[in-house]
Amino acid sequence: MTVAKSAVRPLQLRYLAHARSGDKGNTANVGLIALEPELYPILVREVTVSRVARHFKGMVNGVDRFELPNLHALNFLLHEALDGGGTISLKTDAQGKVYSTALLRMEIPVPAALARRLVRA
Amino acid sequence: MTTRDGRTVRIAAGQGFWGDWLEAPVRQARDGPIDYLMMDYLAEVTMSIMQKQKSRDPSAGYARDFVPLMERILPDLVERGIRVTSNAGGVNPRGCAEAVLAVARRLGLPRKLRVGLVSGDDILGRLDELIGRGHPLSDMETGRPLADIRDRVLSANAYLGMAPIVEALKGGADVVVTGRVTDTGLTLGPIFHEFGWSPDDWDKVAAGTVAGHIIECGAQASGGNLLKGWRGVKGLANPGFPIAEASPDGSFVITKHPGTGGVVSVASVTEQLVYEMGDPRSYITPDGVADFTTIRLRPAGRNRVRVSGIRGGPRTAMLKVSIAYFWGYKAVGTLVYAWPEAYDKAKAADRVLRQRLTDLGLAFDQILTEFVGVDATHGRLSGPPHPDLPEVQLRVGVRAREKAPVDRFTREIAPLVLTGPPSVTGFAGGRPAVEEVVAYWPALIDRREIEPHVRVAILEA
Repeated sequence: MTVAKSAVRPLQLRYLAHARSGDKGNTANVGLIALEPELYPILVREVTVSRVARHFKGMVNGVDRFELPNLHALNFLLHEALDGGGTISLKTDAQGKVYSTALLRMEIPVPAALARRLVRA
Repeated sequence: MTTRDGRTVRIAAGQGFWGDWLEAPVRQARDGPIDYLMMDYLAEVTMSIMQKQKSRDPSAGYARDFVPLMERILPDLVERGIRVTSNAGGVNPRGCAEAVLAVARRLGLPRKLRVGLVSGDDILGRLDELIGRGHPLSDMETGRPLADIRDRVLSANAYLGMAPIVEALKGGADVVVTGRVTDTGLTLGPIFHEFGWSPDDWDKVAAGTVAGHIIECGAQASGGNLLKGWRGVKGLANPGFPIAEASPDGSFVITKHPGTGGVVSVASVTEQLVYEMGDPRSYITPDGVADFTTIRLRPAGRNRVRVSGIRGGPRTAMLKVSIAYFWGYKAVGTLVYAWPEAYDKAKAADRVLRQRLTDLGLAFDQILTEFVGVDATHGRLSGPPHPDLPEVQLRVGVRAREKAPVDRFTREIAPLVLTGPPSVTGFAGGRPAVEEVVAYWPALIDRREIEPHVRVAILEA
């Protein structure tokens, strides 16, 4: 069965996931964790490498994705994200601590009824 | 208090980094039963800072905070039979161990204190020999050989695993002081010592590694920096630091002392698990390779999460080496612009500053401008700022190999107050400081070059 287009709306990831990020050299990692286990398959389907790369276009150079179904989480590596990283970086966020919430700004398509429930919660 | 016949071993995190909350280890020791206090002090470039301190004073070069802390809690530790594992020794573990012994003598403890001293990780003095014998120590990120920057190396340390810690505990050490032992090794050591596990039981190694990873950043596993439901995290003025209660079957519970703030939940543990993660299927340490996709978490009571099911694989033939080298200089200058049109004023000031730097002919490797309140944390993703912002902080950073241009930059910030756009304030701190940039060079080396040099000594006071 195909879902009618009108039944889907864009929703920010903040309503579907929480996240923590850190650094390894000039690479930032973002662990994206489903707020409820039932939301994990949506993350797997919609938060693709190409979407994340587009979201961070101009800010990072290269994205890898790993799946952790046991933790209902995805791990993203954002390469060349930290102006050299560590002590070299001039960025306020030299250690990539808030790339986590930057990813939560991203919008993905979600069934409208689910979106309404998640925004209310 | 600890046994090998089915009871648990409680390992408590006391510090997540050098500079973490000073009260944490004291409360871990006093607020409830623990068997081990684990304290991680070493971040990637900490060793180079310590090396610099040691070059000025041969008795320095370790986490100095560790000694007054020991002075404060040694009587509690001895009375309760709590043992300590710490990499506070930095580039001078002997100096650190002797300082702890001096404190123990001064305190007049009811019994002699035994300090386990682990050395052999420091390869600064062996670099030329190792390069000469065909170990390029290439940068793991860029592939460049260490020879390219050999004359600028400030410190070089191999990451050791749990083996010397197990040996020191077996030798009766009350406090184990090491140099560059992995943060996870500080937790694995006590668990393997207590349960007598074989170091090639890879699933057990992986389990202890995961326990170590969860508690190594202190309260970041128990409510600190927790995003999910952050408003509901109570009592952060007195956060309970995490405790791993390890069981003989290889599972463990993450918890914290009763009556402390923060929270231990599946969410708090999961956020810490993904912190600084690479490929989750191969979390590599000197002791083995853990597969984070096998971890099972389930709630096990109030502020208790059971962690089980962890699988792992054999350790690799190589050890990671942490090398720090002198890179150059940097400085960051800030000014605050006030309403109205705060953002436009800050942008205009940035243009003026950059024109002056160009006119002065100063060459930089990088000039980075951020507008705090507009784009400093999320860049362009923040979208256009509110048109009526009350204030914006202009934050400009520069870096260069040479000191002169960076030094001159620091003298170009204050003049903007009287020679640039209006409504500017927030320069009371004076001229920005020129900072030396010490950079990190991660490399690998055959473990057979390191392990024969590792020494464990038991010193007594």
